[in-house]
Amino acid sequence: MEENTSHHVATRTFVFVWIALLCLTGLTIKAAQMQMGEWSMVANIAIASVKASLVLWFFMHLKYEKRLFKLLLFVPIITISIIIVLTFFDIWYR
Amino acid sequence: MEASFYHAKTRYPGIFGWIFTTDHKRVGLLYLFSSLSFFAVGVSLGLTMRLELIRSGMHFYSAQTYNAIFTLHGVIMIFLFIIPGIPSSLGNFIMPLQIGARDVAFPKINILSWWLFIMGGAIAVTSLFTGGGPPDTGWTFYVPYSIRTGTNISLAVFGVFLIGLSSTLTGMNFLTTIHRLRAPGMTWKRMTLFTWSIYATSWIQLLATPVLAITLLLLIIERNFGVGFFDPAKGGDPILFEHMFWIYSHPAVYIMILPAMGTVTDIIPVFTRRNIFGYSFIAASSLAIAFVGYLVWGHHMFTSGMSDTARIIFSLLTFIVAVPSGVKVFNWIASLYKGSIRMNAPLLYTLAFIFLFSIGGLTGLVQGALATAVHVHGTYFVVGHFHYVMFGGAGFGFFAGLHYWFPKITGKLYEEHLAKLACFFLFIGFNMLYFSMFVLGWEGMPRRYYDYLPKFNGPNLVATIGSWILAMGLIIMFYNLVHSLFAGNEAGDNPWEAASLEWQTTSPPPVENFAVQPVVTKGPYEFR
Repeated sequence: MEENTSHHVATRTFVFVWIALLCLTGLTIKAAQMQMGEWSMVANIAIASVKASLVLWFFMHLKYEKRLFKLLLFVPIITISIIIVLTFFDIWYR
Repeated sequence: MEASFYHAKTRYPGIFGWIFTTDHKRVGLLYLFSSLSFFAVGVSLGLTMRLELIRSGMHFYSAQTYNAIFTLHGVIMIFLFIIPGIPSSLGNFIMPLQIGARDVAFPKINILSWWLFIMGGAIAVTSLFTGGGPPDTGWTFYVPYSIRTGTNISLAVFGVFLIGLSSTLTGMNFLTTIHRLRAPGMTWKRMTLFTWSIYATSWIQLLATPVLAITLLLLIIERNFGVGFFDPAKGGDPILFEHMFWIYSHPAVYIMILPAMGTVTDIIPVFTRRNIFGYSFIAASSLAIAFVGYLVWGHHMFTSGMSDTARIIFSLLTFIVAVPSGVKVFNWIASLYKGSIRMNAPLLYTLAFIFLFSIGGLTGLVQGALATAVHVHGTYFVVGHFHYVMFGGAGFGFFAGLHYWFPKITGKLYEEHLAKLACFFLFIGFNMLYFSMFVLGWEGMPRRYYDYLPKFNGPNLVATIGSWILAMGLIIMFYNLVHSLFAGNEAGDNPWEAASLEWQTTSPPPVENFAVQPVVTKGPYEFR
């Protein structure tokens, strides 16, 4: 069985990702101050999703996994996303 | 020939050889024994409820006791019998055999799942006798009542939380097993459709159950620390609870029914001696049900105060989930067509399953349609519907599987005519009991009420008599199986002349299932 455990990822990459995460955190704070009403939730979820994707992709080495593993993760994420979107059909239109 | 796993030396003696086992077959039997024990309790509670409802007025116990009993009946039947019923018991025993594996991918996690299940069950039962008394919310634990009632909700909910964790671990274990441990030559299209259904079910168990866990934890936090997730007075939203509860509990309906569908799909070709009609469509429909099943939970909430937009969207999506279910029913019927039918007990239970599930499914459409759902919501129509799907569907599917795989599990044959007699009693009693509920619901009798107007006396009497006939069927069925366990004739390895892999080893199988590693060269339903 082949193991994908050792990858030589440049330290620079990790630093860039870290900086990107910090910037996105700043953006979250900024978005909260912008008084966007109900769109504030969308902005927050979008930013959080990008941040989670960066962590998964680089820190958790999803980038180096086989296509099957990516698919197995991608399908549930899409499902959960649809579920969250469906709840908004209630909350926004109530 | 290797000794069967019953006679193989275990690491610990006696009962410890069972509760500390890592053999998937023993774990499957632990689940089977424990979930059937819970089933017996659930049936007894159901019978007492029917007895109380035999005529209008108070007969045997108080309204508060009635509330506690229907709650307990629901919690036990849903969380302790139907959900683990097929996937964890028959799935554990049969699925690794069907794919030619020696065990599941994580045997220790497998037995841990059972421990969590038993502990969860024990905690849920303990909640009856401690704290503020037995929970009285119904199995759905709806807020705001579940936050305010003084009964012992937190402990019961924690028990269900543990059972959910057990279910999640089982799902993960089976998914890994099916992906990683298939025998050489066991391609995806050579897997049995039972294994396909377990695969689809496992995805639901893995992804949906954590949502229940979160919901129940939020409920416990709200009850104990007064945090306002669901209480409008504190800025919370009670409908949020319903959303979160049904985001799990609707897919959970498919955790219950999909393995039953897989079971009857395996049985039909064997007893009609022909290949299954539409293999790929049945396999794909399992995955489609698993996926679309995530998107229809709102149909449980049509009268909750949810927005009209959401109600219309959920009604539409609900109709879509009927399509893959219809695909399965038509494929089963097409598989029976022009087959060389052997009317043995497993097929008889299967035919009962198709009939009852079809009624359950079609009455589901009445409730999926927004306008009629508002009319029948909260009535006995709903109770009739879900018993047709859950008992007529999942329950009869389970009985079919129990009879089909009994010779494999025990090495013994049961009395065929007794099995058929039991099926007859079950079918008659079932329809008297639950069809009456459709009539009552349509006429407006509300569910979960302790008493009713005298005009509902007639159908209620029929339902109660039906419950006795149903119970008679259960007694005959279990007497037959238990008696055959000790006094049945030897079954031989493959009494049904089936083609799938589990029948190609000894009955009962040896510890690691196959004396030599099987190599698969043909499909599971190719008899020639």
